Amino acid sequence: MTDLAPMKLDEALKPPRNQWWDVWDQFKTHKGALIGAFVLGVLVLAVVAGPLFWRIDPAFIEPDAVKMIRSRNQGFSLAHPFGTDQLGRDMLARMIAGGKVSLAVGLVAMLISIFIGTTIGVLAGYFKRLDGPLMRMTDLFLALPLLPLLLVMVMLFRETLAGMFGPELGTFFLIVFAIGVTSWMQAARIVRGEVLALKEREFVLAARSIGTPSRRVILRHILPNVMSPIMVAATLGIASAIITESALSFLGLGFPPDFPTWGRLLFDGVEYMTQFPDRVIWPGLAISLTVLSVNYIGDGLRDALDPRIRGR
Amino acid sequence: MLDAGRRKLVEVRDLKMYFPIYSGLLRRHTGDVKAVDGVSFDIFEGETLGLVGESGCGKSTVGRALLRLYELTGGSVVIDGDDVAKLSPEALRQKRPTMQMVFQDPQASLNPRMTLAGIIGEPLDEHTSLTAPEKLARIYQLMDQVGLNRNFANRYPHEFSGGQRQRIGIARALALNPKFIVCDEPIAALDVSIQAQVVNLLEELQDRLGLTYLFISHDLSMVRHIADRVAVMYLGQIAELSPRDELYAQPLHPYAIALLSAVPEPDPSREGARQRIILQGDVPSPANPPKGCNFSTRCPQVQAICHRLQPDLIEVAPLRFVACHFVQPQQAQPAGSTGGTEATEPTQQGVNA
Ligand SMILES: Nc1ncnc2c1ncn2[C@@H]1O[C@H](COP(=O)(O)OP(=O)(O)OP(=O)(O)O)[C@@H](O)[C@H]1O
Ligand SMILES: [Mg+2]
Repeated sequence: MTDLAPMKLDEALKPPRNQWWDVWDQFKTHKGALIGAFVLGVLVLAVVAGPLFWRIDPAFIEPDAVKMIRSRNQGFSLAHPFGTDQLGRDMLARMIAGGKVSLAVGLVAMLISIFIGTTIGVLAGYFKRLDGPLMRMTDLFLALPLLPLLLVMVMLFRETLAGMFGPELGTFFLIVFAIGVTSWMQAARIVRGEVLALKEREFVLAARSIGTPSRRVILRHILPNVMSPIMVAATLGIASAIITESALSFLGLGFPPDFPTWGRLLFDGVEYMTQFPDRVIWPGLAISLTVLSVNYIGDGLRDALDPRIRGR
Repeated sequence: MLDAGRRKLVEVRDLKMYFPIYSGLLRRHTGDVKAVDGVSFDIFEGETLGLVGESGCGKSTVGRALLRLYELTGGSVVIDGDDVAKLSPEALRQKRPTMQMVFQDPQASLNPRMTLAGIIGEPLDEHTSLTAPEKLARIYQLMDQVGLNRNFANRYPHEFSGGQRQRIGIARALALNPKFIVCDEPIAALDVSIQAQVVNLLEELQDRLGLTYLFISHDLSMVRHIADRVAVMYLGQIAELSPRDELYAQPLHPYAIALLSAVPEPDPSREGARQRIILQGDVPSPANPPKGCNFSTRCPQVQAICHRLQPDLIEVAPLRFVACHFVQPQQAQPAGSTGGTEATEPTQQGVNA
């Protein structure tokens, strides 16, 4: 130490910096990710804070028949910036209300599916004994006809959950759970493949020769190195969860028909697409923006988490 | 140098490591890759045992089995008084600090997502309860020991050169003050100029910390430089185990003779006389080793008995162990000397593979 210059000495004594600062520094340099984070932030803010400013009830229909008929299918106006739908309900209010559900469903269902997928993938890849049974189970889920399965799940649990949490929250849990448990298989397979390869890498062997127990080997060495494929699966998962939710609602398995979600609005708008194209454009745009921004955020995070890329 | 009074730190007896082969539709167990098949040796405290042999002969497997990175098929490995092969998981964990490993590929043996401080600190996290400043002080001390600049603590493995990475690997192995280190080809992936540096570092650390090495390599010149005794492996078994100088001056086992004939002689007058022996044929598959002596399919001095009986590793001269029917204690001569087959019939019955 003595032969180091004083300035060097200071630097040398600087304790190892928290890794997350490096990650943030790199994330900041990824333009797409920043824009994505901004757009997603705006969307989330809009659906969370929107109802405070836009006070029209999304389910409000003019009780008076004549007024109701007049208020239907309007285009842009100051009173209704996004127009009204076939029953005269304000589209902006419905977009805001729908966004809350869609974003929540997308994020939560994605988290559930990634959690299950990653857990199963890591266990199957790391523990040889579990590999066979877990992968057979994954194949089983892949081979199951999903719609009948969802139907059965909804039939069995809707009443119970509705009784426990109220009809809307109950349905939310049901849908999120149903989407989560039927969409983890791809993630599990990808993660298992990566783990199988990683497990044979010498740094895992080195950790074992140190005496690091399996669970910490997984947390410290395996998981950080399978981050990239998980990230990709996660960003794709959000999009497909939002779409699946709308398909479920469309089939009458999800939320009640008059309950707005982006997917639901999109499906309802399809009927009127030729006359009122903005009816599908708005929800379609909202879904696309969400998916795209999440994708870019995932991209930026993946790069930021990889020290080999971070240096550049 | 090798007085009998020295303590044996590592005693390996009849070590067997088979990797099962599953084949067919039902993935049935149809055979084994006999990567290591009955290997016995001792390593004295403070010495370096070189382990040489061609690629695929089971050197790495021996090294890993010694540290119980594999579950052994058979045999015992006593390291500093405990049979590592039979320790319970928790006892094994407690034992880990005594024995560490330096890996062949310094790039692959470091987690690309951990900083240098994280990598060297991992053993400390696992086995000590140091406070953060104490841990950092120890990390800096280790970095000094292996000659890494303290400013590198926050860097990631990809930011280092191969030689520096290997120093990180060595620092990690040293973190818990081990007694015994398995060096699995620690220099094979390095540049020749860096090789010398790393080997010198290993030697210096050995002198300073009293370490015991199992030095695995296929670089015979480097082994000659660093090892006190050398074991020559062929197809999962030890062919010859001799003190370094004797082995390099006069190898006894036909395989050792062939292997060492490939080493350039430092003395130019003798280098001219060096005769390279080129072995015919390929190494047999360890899944299906030949009957009798493992080397019988390629041995230049093969006789009928070699195809029938497996020779045992016996002490033919003080501290020299050779597994060959034709190298016997009474006549410690290179194989091939025309003694009658009957006369050199081994006294111990070999076990057929
Ligand atoms: N995990 C494993 N599963 C099956 N076979 C294995 C496994 N590890 C090693 N083997 C086999 O065991 C034999 C010995 O391998 P090992 O890695 O010990 O060779 P080596 O002497 O270290 O070679 P090298 O000098 O190339 O490193 C080889 O035939 C190899 O194919
Ligand atoms: Mg090897």
